[in-house]
Amino acid sequence: MSVKLNALFSDSYVDISQYRDQHFKGNRYDQEKLLKQSNTLYVGNLSFYTTEDQVHEIFSKSGDVKRIIIGLDKVKKTACGFCFVEYYTRTGAENAMRFINGTRLDDRIIRTDWDAGFKEGRQYGRGKSGGQVRDEYRQDYDPARGGYGKLASQHRPTEAQNTF
Amino acid sequence: MSRRRHSDSENEGGQAHKRRRTSEPIEIEDRLESLICRVGEKSTSSLESNLEGLAGVLEADLPNYKNKILRILCAVARLLPEKLTVYTTLVGLLNARNYNFGGEFVEAMIRQLKETLKNNLYNEAVYLVRFLSDLVNCHVIAAPSMVAMFENFVSVTQEEDVPQVRSDWFVYVVLSCLPWVGKELYEKKDVEMDRLLSQIEGYLKRRVKTHVPMLQVWTAEKPHPQEEYLDCLWAQIQKLKKDRWQERHILRPYIAFDSVLCEALQHNLPPFTPPGHMPDAQYPMPRVVFRMFDYTDAPEGPVMPGSHSVERFVIEENLHCIIKTHWRERKTCAAQLLSYPGKNKIPLNYHIVEVIFGELFQLPSPPHIDVMYTTLLIELCKLQPGSLPQVLAQATEMLYMRLDTMNSSCVDRLINWFSHHLSNFQFRWSWDDWSDCLTMDLEKPKPKFVKEVLEKSMRLSYHQRIVDIVPPTFSALIPAEPIFSYKYEDESASSLPGYPASVTVGNAIKNRASNEEILTILKEVPNPNQEDDDDEGESFNPLKVDVFLQTLLHLAAKSFSHSFSALGKFHEILKALTESDEGKLHILKVVYDVWRNHPQMIAVLVDKMIRTQIVDCAAVANWLFSQDMAHEFTRLFIWEILHSTIRKMDKHVQKIQQELEEAKDKLEKQQHKRQKDSGDDEDMDKNSEDEEGQLEEQIERLQEKVESAQSEQKNLFLVIFQRFIMLLTEHLVRCETGSVDITTPWYKNCVGRLQQVFLMHHVTIQQYMGTLENLLFTAELDPHILAVYQQFCALQL
Repeated sequence: MSVKLNALFSDSYVDISQYRDQHFKGNRYDQEKLLKQSNTLYVGNLSFYTTEDQVHEIFSKSGDVKRIIIGLDKVKKTACGFCFVEYYTRTGAENAMRFINGTRLDDRIIRTDWDAGFKEGRQYGRGKSGGQVRDEYRQDYDPARGGYGKLASQHRPTEAQNTF
Repeated sequence: MSRRRHSDSENEGGQAHKRRRTSEPIEIEDRLESLICRVGEKSTSSLESNLEGLAGVLEADLPNYKNKILRILCAVARLLPEKLTVYTTLVGLLNARNYNFGGEFVEAMIRQLKETLKNNLYNEAVYLVRFLSDLVNCHVIAAPSMVAMFENFVSVTQEEDVPQVRSDWFVYVVLSCLPWVGKELYEKKDVEMDRLLSQIEGYLKRRVKTHVPMLQVWTAEKPHPQEEYLDCLWAQIQKLKKDRWQERHILRPYIAFDSVLCEALQHNLPPFTPPGHMPDAQYPMPRVVFRMFDYTDAPEGPVMPGSHSVERFVIEENLHCIIKTHWRERKTCAAQLLSYPGKNKIPLNYHIVEVIFGELFQLPSPPHIDVMYTTLLIELCKLQPGSLPQVLAQATEMLYMRLDTMNSSCVDRLINWFSHHLSNFQFRWSWDDWSDCLTMDLEKPKPKFVKEVLEKSMRLSYHQRIVDIVPPTFSALIPAEPIFSYKYEDESASSLPGYPASVTVGNAIKNRASNEEILTILKEVPNPNQEDDDDEGESFNPLKVDVFLQTLLHLAAKSFSHSFSALGKFHEILKALTESDEGKLHILKVVYDVWRNHPQMIAVLVDKMIRTQIVDCAAVANWLFSQDMAHEFTRLFIWEILHSTIRKMDKHVQKIQQELEEAKDKLEKQQHKRQKDSGDDEDMDKNSEDEEGQLEEQIERLQEKVESAQSEQKNLFLVIFQRFIMLLTEHLVRCETGSVDITTPWYKNCVGRLQQVFLMHHVTIQQYMGTLENLLFTAELDPHILAVYQQFCALQL
């Protein structure tokens, strides 16, 4: 009698994405199982200046936040634009995926994704220069994320010399 | 929203095609589901031809998939009420082609109706009855049998000793079907229908409506009365009747098929006796209809249907249903709302905004989580950038204008919504339009609202941003910079009695001294409460707490994480300092003292201290109501802390109750197993018995834990309500003796907050009604205060 209609109960904002942590200790199946039960979210595209207070304020709107770990540049030990948000309940995390993912914090559209769970070491950027990988290669100028990407900024001084 | 299935995307060319051609049953069932669920959505063909086509497909599949089709149709009747008439037409076409199927469907619906009522799913049951009634229009069900069902429903109003909400529901169901089927029923059975309506009228006159003030978003009757939902629906049906049941808004695809449908044979509904009242039945709570717009508000384009027009009822119902179906997926939800059929004849944006705010402000609580509405509105603005933002701005302006009479909980939600919304649009707002609030007493609702909005906006950004976004004239309303206030900052504080110790403790912490070393240092702190020669043992030393905590929190002030880490590291010391109730109260005072400019930090620290049992919930309640906090009493953060505290207590009780249930289940399984396996093996039997013994012990312990937790919870509510009563009584007495009007902003705020405690935690408070009535809300209480309690009780009639 209580038929669950698949076509109706779409909840696609809560689905896991294609991203898999390459440093995860375990196989794909294990990782996916953890992602599907997780209470922890990865949050990306933060400004380097976004504080824990701001993250706490916005993510508390979907549930009680247990812990926030701000992502750090491995070398400088300063915020490098991502963080982890762990909720006390799965529902809190799901509602964040539904209603906070894709909205703005500090004027930037932030992106949330399921995380298999925080482990010591995962709070550091994995880019060669110490920040996030995406900041190594990006070509655009983003004042809230250290300006030009690392590769692009290496080319910049040469250009300036040429124009002279 | 299309859900692409994995098999579709892994298109291995020929293979995938082959798979589809061999058509496994499961795939066919999924396809049937998909076809049925999607009919009525945007299509290149007309709705009529799609329905015709689908009816043909289903008729062909009946021999093999009849049960599946029945189940799907019953499910859409229950879960997609916004597409009611699409599916009743479909059923009508099927019935015309296959009379037996029509009969089986009706039977299946009746079974489903009985089950939903048994399971307290009253809202879904309404949709089922409405579906059945529209089937009369599709010649599936004979009108007289529908009237008979309605008569049975209305006869519930004659029952004695049942909660009013029970008979309310049966009356509501009947009335809410009439926009769809009133015309047809009156044409066939006007005498019976008149009798029915007159019975309903009599009932509505007798009904008690004490609950209404507690559920109204605004206390004012102007510009739009906040009507009780049954009164409003009755007025709408009366008007419909006066208009001779002419209703033009509802989309009725079956009209196009009239020639086919009127050839069909109809079925009679079996006689349906409403299930009797069960003590554990949970009928829907009464509601108040939220209205904020009328025909004067939509400047151009189609006119908004009047508040007592049946069109208004149908539009609002359908929009609520769309949100109910799609709330999890904001893009789909927004798209579905904006593609409402018949949207060209109504000011749809206004209806959508009104319905969304109606849900957001619904009392006791919104049907869905608050943040959903924020994100939905943002999505709607994205899809209609040329029109919706203006309607939203107009709505915001109207809500601001009427703050004086708005319920406290609703003002809170408005603050949270508006600040979060602004943070997505660079805080752009015409603040100057609200400069009227600058000349008012800051405790009045309007300046208070702006102040709280700016504070919340700051939490989502930073202090300088707020300074930059408001005109300089608004500086009095800008929040303080959220920085730490350290008592022992520098040498200017050297005369303070705790100063030397603060330096020593600070150094000790920085040098990673052990807890014992720090406690030793603290022993030397003089006790301002103790006489020099008084050796009567350790009386509480507030200075110790002050010195240690101020210093520790100062060192950890950099971020939430730093402070949490500090609380964790020195948990032992903190527990020792807060053993007594005085200690707990004082630690809260110190936290406030140092972080008074950063209410967000206070809230998270209090939360952490409750979770790590440095303070208990009752201590927090006593602190919030204490004289020291009186000057902050009307600020939002106080109430956020209080409600968060009550919720934590609630979760704690539930957690232990669940552990108890699990242990009991385990024991039952164990005993069951032993009975089955008994006699097989003496050793196994003995082990089994031991295990059971352990479980029984565990259950006993858990039982005690539950009782103790519930006792703590009851005590928490007693503390809170007692404090409210004391504060309000003081105020009332003072006003009386001074011959002053009692309704000051403070008083209105306080009464609103008391109502809010009842409303937000009504489920839990229900358990303790007896105690509350005997100890606190007695007949001797001032009638102003007692009225709040009585209104609350009226919700459960």
